[in-house]
Amino acid sequence: MAEFGPTVLRVVRAVLGPADGDDAWSETFLAALRAYPQLPADANVEAWLVTIAHRKAIDVTRSTARRAVPVADPPETEAGTDLPDLDLAAALAALPPKQRRAVAYHYLTGLPYAEIAEILGGSADAARRAAADGIAALRRTIGANR
Amino acid sequence: MNELLDAFPVEGADVDRLRARLAAAAEAEGILDVAYRTVDTPVGPLLLAATEQGLVRVAYPNQGHDAVLQALADRVSPRVLHAPGRLDPVARQLDDYFAGRRQRFDVPLDWRLSTGFRSTVLHHLAIDVDYGHTASYAALAALAGNPKAVRAVGTACATNPLPVVVPCHRVVRSDGAIGNYAGGVEAKRTLLELEAA
Repeated sequence: MAEFGPTVLRVVRAVLGPADGDDAWSETFLAALRAYPQLPADANVEAWLVTIAHRKAIDVTRSTARRAVPVADPPETEAGTDLPDLDLAAALAALPPKQRRAVAYHYLTGLPYAEIAEILGGSADAARRAAADGIAALRRTIGANR
Repeated sequence: MNELLDAFPVEGADVDRLRARLAAAAEAEGILDVAYRTVDTPVGPLLLAATEQGLVRVAYPNQGHDAVLQALADRVSPRVLHAPGRLDPVARQLDDYFAGRRQRFDVPLDWRLSTGFRSTVLHHLAIDVDYGHTASYAALAALAGNPKAVRAVGTACATNPLPVVVPCHRVVRSDGAIGNYAGGVEAKRTLLELEAA
């Protein structure tokens, strides 16, 4: 399980940003530790961890929304308008959630779309399309800012 | 889109910090089944692992620390975390031992990785063969109540889950030759010389 620590950290940071990402990482691994003895021996541990991380990220997003803390510098600024230094992380943060997650889960872990579809719901094709749309949007945003 | 990986750099220090936080939370929740750390010693970096009952494994580098951790995950519990705190007492005692300031280890031991006759042999070894002394495989077989089981004593020592702390390095051949050792003959010689000093 330890070997996937850095990958899962990348994924939750990509989905949530650095601060919330760290909390989601801790929650993910604590939940994984609780459930680990029940995990079948032949399970794909990485996919399982990303699945837990996905749920924890949604929990974090919901509780952040409930608390409605005003964000000083929201990352979801209109992408590509007047942000010359908009980097890839910020561009990813500006994507719609499903695209952002599909991109993060596929490109940061290498999980196949079939696994990602299990996590996101929907079909493998839909997951592939969401990732492709996300990547196209990232290219547009970054292209527009370079 | 490999740039995405670069866009989310993950520093080793960040992961270490989060792992430490996780270990503390798991310990508090009672789900840290196996805590481990390594300590640098004159016989190389030793892997130390402890359950809530006590020290369960000491391993030499030549035994493959990753393989040993995997075996712990398989045989004890998959909840294995790098969590140095639980091993602090034994790490301190090992420091003292290698500095010549300590002759006995005083930490709770979890014997679950050793069963049957092998366990009997190791228990006798831990109690009956003192610092600075040696015993032959045959003598230890007699102590363990089965004088003919000389080879089994050799196996017990070779598979000792707690080397150094349970002193299988003090078991030598009847003809005076040093005999084999889980950590390699060189490590055995180093320990015997340390204890003879």
